[in-house]
Amino acid sequence: MEIMECAGDIIKVSDLHFAYPDEHVALRGVSFNLCEGDKVALVGPNGAGKSTLMLQLNGILDGRGGIEIGGMRLSRDNLPVIRAMVGLVFQNPDDQLFSPTVFEDVAFGPLHMGLPEAEVYTRVDSALEAVRMSSYRDRLSHHLSVGEKKRIAIATVLSMNPKILILDEPSAGLDPRARRTLINLLRDLPITMLISTHDMRMVQELFPRTIVMDDGRIVADGMTQEILEDETFLNEHGLEKP
Amino acid sequence: MHSDAFDRYHHKHSFIHRLDPRIKMVITIAFIVSNALLPDGAWIAFALAWLFVLAANAFSQLGIGFTFHRSFIAFPFALAAITVLFSIPGKPVTSFQFLMWNFTITDAGLLRFVSIVIRSWLSVQMAILLVAVTEFPKIIHALTHLRVPAIITMIISFLYRYLFVLTNEVVRLLRARQARSAASAGQKSGGSLQWRARIAGHMAGQLFLRSYERSDRIYNAMLSRGYKGELMTIHPHHYHASDWLICALSLLGMIIMQLTGRL
Amino acid sequence: MLYSPAPLHIPDGFLSFIVSAICWAISAMVLSVAISRTNKSLGEKQVPLMGVMAAFIFAAQMINFPVAGGTSGHLLGGALAAIVLGPWPAMVVMTAVIAVQSLLFQDGGLLVMGATILNMGLITSVIGYGLYRAVFGRSRRVKLVVAGFAAWLSVMAGALATALQLWLSGTSNLQTVTLTMLGVHALIGIGEALITVAALTFILQTRPGLIGEGSAAARGGRGWALAGIALSLMVVLLSPFASANPDGLERVATDLGFINRGQSAVYNILPDYTLPILGQTPLSTIMAGVIGMLVVLAFALLAGRSLQKKS
Repeated sequence: MEIMECAGDIIKVSDLHFAYPDEHVALRGVSFNLCEGDKVALVGPNGAGKSTLMLQLNGILDGRGGIEIGGMRLSRDNLPVIRAMVGLVFQNPDDQLFSPTVFEDVAFGPLHMGLPEAEVYTRVDSALEAVRMSSYRDRLSHHLSVGEKKRIAIATVLSMNPKILILDEPSAGLDPRARRTLINLLRDLPITMLISTHDMRMVQELFPRTIVMDDGRIVADGMTQEILEDETFLNEHGLEKP
Repeated sequence: MHSDAFDRYHHKHSFIHRLDPRIKMVITIAFIVSNALLPDGAWIAFALAWLFVLAANAFSQLGIGFTFHRSFIAFPFALAAITVLFSIPGKPVTSFQFLMWNFTITDAGLLRFVSIVIRSWLSVQMAILLVAVTEFPKIIHALTHLRVPAIITMIISFLYRYLFVLTNEVVRLLRARQARSAASAGQKSGGSLQWRARIAGHMAGQLFLRSYERSDRIYNAMLSRGYKGELMTIHPHHYHASDWLICALSLLGMIIMQLTGRL
Repeated sequence: MLYSPAPLHIPDGFLSFIVSAICWAISAMVLSVAISRTNKSLGEKQVPLMGVMAAFIFAAQMINFPVAGGTSGHLLGGALAAIVLGPWPAMVVMTAVIAVQSLLFQDGGLLVMGATILNMGLITSVIGYGLYRAVFGRSRRVKLVVAGFAAWLSVMAGALATALQLWLSGTSNLQTVTLTMLGVHALIGIGEALITVAALTFILQTRPGLIGEGSAAARGGRGWALAGIALSLMVVLLSPFASANPDGLERVATDLGFINRGQSAVYNILPDYTLPILGQTPLSTIMAGVIGMLVVLAFALLAGRSLQKKS
């Protein structure tokens, strides 16, 4: 099966450059497109720029180059709209879950979108159901295990009805059972996804398309099957064949 | 350290648990104020207040001795009031010698001392019960509704959320310090006071920086979900008739205590 | 080990209603200023930053180290918070910490919380930041020494304020409670000073920009230095009066109607109610005198320099 070069109706990144204030250059001309229904893995060694790229996609970091989300060009003025469209889940769930209760955390997104209270309740319920954790609604966040927190973290962005789910290292730190639960969840969620990960077995299992980054550049973008065959290439870029 | 190390909530299905958190907070504060306003030696009023505490314990299904067993937490502070035994003029009750002094306990002094201790003991029990029958996030909601400034309740929210996370980090730092605090047989170990304090200070500094960086990441997470500078919250609490009834009854009880105390 | 009450957390019942109410009024007024100033200086990031900092202060209070004979020193944090966050945000943060300690752990009462906030959150911020601000342009060594001294003095100030509140409520004898509080906290304050200095050293070495001259925390004006020094002087001058010569204070307070009638005749009924261990000149007077000299000296040195500097 071939992956057609898609037009980028969800994400269109053109020639993105970014350097941190301490002059460390993190992105050197990154370009790629993502379309509705894509499930894409973003892999690469530490320091490749994966997290930096993700933070560009919802405007937290400010790079040079073009970013279009859902056809809309990313700019200061439409950040709120963009951020509702891009569901970014950070690596450490203790950073993502910052409210005392699960309900308040999942409600944060829709609440700050300005939705009326009744709608907020509905969104919370459907988001928790989507991650199969409806019974956790009134639980205290600090009581949850890492795996539970990771799934609630996904719910906190699902409640905004985003166009794309972007996860940073979702399976890091999970025991095999929690990892399996997460993988099953990701498989069943009917939403466009871009996942940054080191978990090559998960990549093989869930993602038809893989983007490989190294040293601020995209060095491969294509079918997972093909990329994972090329062991030399993988090793060159700090990766291992699963 | 278990994740409920800082939890004080005991879940039961009593009507007191179901009461609106704002009402429970108001009753607790009113009770403490009422105690403070009771004059010294108002024994009957103190007894009524104690009955109130016992009733609250019983109705919350936590066992009638629940707060009693936890109420001695502030007893060391009673030492601060000890001097009052000797310093208020009145009829001497008893005298004793200590080193080269002569101490005389007067009846007025004894009265005041015992009254202070009883008031404190009663008030702390109501405070213990409050957090035992109300989940802390609901207490935060109650504070917001009672007009505590939003920035303070927000900070309390974050404090509560991250307390366990940060104290875990402290425990890890302490354990790492312990693991490196070896002693050779026959040699005095431990380092100077100054060195020990410096290590403690470095741990505090490390913790500070990690906390600072964590707050940056949390801020990014908040931005990603639409935070623009103003925190919005939902408080799904609605008053019921039972809330007002209990509130009225409690306040009535306190008025009776006040009247009794001044008879 | 996990959480234990500290001597400055006053439980309900030990302060009279009037004293509690007055302290609440003072704290509420100062806090409302603190809140509006904080909104201006820290901007959008303030809530998560201050929230995590509050948890940090709470957790940092668990870091202890053995001092002597089974006691341990640990951090109160008011001065440190003021130096790293700025004085107004520190007051708000400490208030949140005190509120949670009281509500969740019953460490400190609810009605008396106004006093606890004043003693542990407000006074400590003023002294901690004020003295540190007075040496802003100086070398790192001077800053650290002053920070340590400020931390120690802030703890002593909190202790003195607590003692005065207990006395004015008719709960304690002025001389005894002042000597006890100041004595105990003189030791605790040493721990506070050492940890504060060590923590600041670490932060200045690794991320100096955080609390340096250009940071958000540094925007307090020279007025803070004056306020800090003034408050410090008050502490230094009051302490010997309260501990060695309480009669004067008692007379003033009785005349002004502060004291309950039961307390005023103390020194007539029990004329030899002094502390003979310390002899004619109580240790605290000597201590206070030495501190006073140091502070006045420092004031003279710093006032000359800092008041000439542009802010």
